[in-house]
Amino acid sequence: MAILTAKTIRPPSDDKRWRVVDATMRRHGYKPSALIEALHAVQQAFGYLDEPSLCYVAGSLGVPLSRVYGVATFYHYFSMKPQGEHTCVVCTGTACYIKNSPALLRAIEADLGVAPGETTADGKLSLLTARCLGTCGLAPAAVLDGQVVGRLRTVELVGRLRDLIGTEQEAVTL
Amino acid sequence: MTPDELIELAAAQRTRLNGFAHQINVCMATACHSSGSEEIKDRLTAQVKSRGIQKHCLIRSVGCPGLCTAGPMVGIEPEGRLYQNVSPDDAGDLLDSLESTPVERIQAQTGDPFFARQQRIVLEHAGEIDPEQIDEYIAVGGYQALAKALYAMTPAEVVDEITKSGLRGRGGAGFPTGLKWRTVAKGGGDRKFVICNGDEGDPGAFMDRSVLESDPHRVLEGMAVAAYAVGAQEGYLYVRAEYPLAIRRLTTALRQARQRNLLGVNVLETPFSFQVEIRVGAGAFVCGEETALIASIEGGRGQPRPRPPYPAESGLWGCPTLINNVETLANIVPIIRNGGDWFAGIGTEKSKGTKVFALSGQVKNTGLIEVPMGITLREIVFEIGGGVPDGRAFKAVQTGGPSGGCIPDGLLDSPVDYESLTRLGSIMGSGGMIVMDETSSMVEVARYFMEFSMTESCGKCIPCRVGTVEMHALLTRFAEKRAKTADLDLLELLCDLTKSTSLCGLGQAAPNPVLSTLRYFRDEYLAAMVADESPDGDVTREGRPSPAVIPLTVVAARSSDGGEEGGRS
Repeated sequence: MAILTAKTIRPPSDDKRWRVVDATMRRHGYKPSALIEALHAVQQAFGYLDEPSLCYVAGSLGVPLSRVYGVATFYHYFSMKPQGEHTCVVCTGTACYIKNSPALLRAIEADLGVAPGETTADGKLSLLTARCLGTCGLAPAAVLDGQVVGRLRTVELVGRLRDLIGTEQEAVTL
Repeated sequence: MTPDELIELAAAQRTRLNGFAHQINVCMATACHSSGSEEIKDRLTAQVKSRGIQKHCLIRSVGCPGLCTAGPMVGIEPEGRLYQNVSPDDAGDLLDSLESTPVERIQAQTGDPFFARQQRIVLEHAGEIDPEQIDEYIAVGGYQALAKALYAMTPAEVVDEITKSGLRGRGGAGFPTGLKWRTVAKGGGDRKFVICNGDEGDPGAFMDRSVLESDPHRVLEGMAVAAYAVGAQEGYLYVRAEYPLAIRRLTTALRQARQRNLLGVNVLETPFSFQVEIRVGAGAFVCGEETALIASIEGGRGQPRPRPPYPAESGLWGCPTLINNVETLANIVPIIRNGGDWFAGIGTEKSKGTKVFALSGQVKNTGLIEVPMGITLREIVFEIGGGVPDGRAFKAVQTGGPSGGCIPDGLLDSPVDYESLTRLGSIMGSGGMIVMDETSSMVEVARYFMEFSMTESCGKCIPCRVGTVEMHALLTRFAEKRAKTADLDLLELLCDLTKSTSLCGLGQAAPNPVLSTLRYFRDEYLAAMVADESPDGDVTREGRPSPAVIPLTVVAARSSDGGEEGGRS
């Protein structure tokens, strides 16, 4: 086990954010069981997981790349695609569903041309869904750039998203 | 710190708090926070300062008082006043009213059934203390149950007390907690683990989030007592990544508990040591299943494995492991404090204590409630919940999330306990309770839950992986009103097959929403069918016994087969 603690692999780039990732892996003694924690650190630092980062984590923890890829794709929280400048996570939990969150998603798609899991062409907004944010008292709810907003109506949410991604963008006419 | 020092600290804290003539408690849990409670707190703090009354008026951030629908909520102690829908502009009025009558305009009716019908044990401190200050928890008697266990009880006596209390797992399946503890305590080897399952994945359930956000030390203390009882030195708190505030508060709580020597090496100057680490989930519902959760802590894909061996014998890294749900662990402290007999005096014969429910959907009062076991569903929905708003008619209440079922109006007088809910074709579940009115289509609801189970199926066993996809496709046909007679037969067959042959609780329970809606709302399925192309065109299901008429005992016997520990620990 002692060999595994010696770090011999270099980060994919000189980016300083790798230090945070390194610190996380070091804190866990480069043990293979730190895989999920390491992937969390990468995603937090860079916003998503790409191939070089998966290779780096695999090498550092001595875990086969196939297993790293398996874990990264198994969990919904990890994203293999870069996210947009802003994110909107619409809750699709039961309470929100009963209070018509599907209509929110349809309105966003119709108005801004972005479906769940997608990012707008200009990279301004990513639309995501979540399985219950645990704020059922505020249903239907969403998270805009980390801020929970509740009791949403479609007009209001679409308006807020338009404000968020800038008024200079021409409104998509239907 | 010794137990005597702990008592001294508690007394000193109480003296400090009592030095303030008024304590203004602002709810900072997720729901109120997103409704702007931080600005209210800032405004109150600024005004208290400008009025120069900071010496006798304390502004605190507290956890959830429960009525999320009317947030932000502000409480004032010791007067016991509670305000709802508070806006930052109310700050002045609130402070003006301190020495006189309450501000009626925003006063919450604490005499209403929503508050009066509750019995708070797990949530006793929620909304009363600042979850980020360990000393406030100590002031209300915190960590004294741990001191009592360490100094006045043997590990076996602790296990006996829990067994006597009749506490059952609050994650859904209701396995007797004392029995689980005893098995782990008996396990060999010098390494054992205690895991707190905070992977609250059921959509519509937010009890554990609220407990972790409002009273994190209560859960840590419960874990420490459990570790002492079963002989574990290491623990993990597995929390879902979707709960950033809970993770932040737990991290703070852990740090403070270590500083105070209430966790770590030689806790309270005894030989007992207990190290706790937080593990953040990554968005997989199946990780609520105990063996999947263990796989996830080990750094792998969260896939369950066959049991036995149960984690109590061979769990994390092959060691005996105790896995308990957040709410289960939050019940430990009061049991140790007041004794198992006290706890056993609450609730019904087989279901003891209280249960926290997250009441939401089409109901007037949404929020978090804690009620004694045995209360009826009708009391919860119509008295505490205030019924369905806007004059619409009640249709069903859903418990147990994707593993549970929908219960119709006619059965609302059933008591809430593990056995009754199972007999009705639902489950206690972790505590999500969603009210649906006449506008909800039960076929759509069944399809919604099946879509959830289909997406969340880990793919390891075939019945679940393929069964959920096929059932979803069939339900889609019903939802689009193009189902045929054969589709209904196939759907029922698949429900039975997936239920009886899946590897873990996810697959075994995935058909429940379909089965319960078929049982109580079969006409909606029949109305969604088109005529068969066969010459006789017979689409009616007359002459066929509906599951609704199968005697309840038969259903109960069927659904309790081997399902003893089949749920989410």
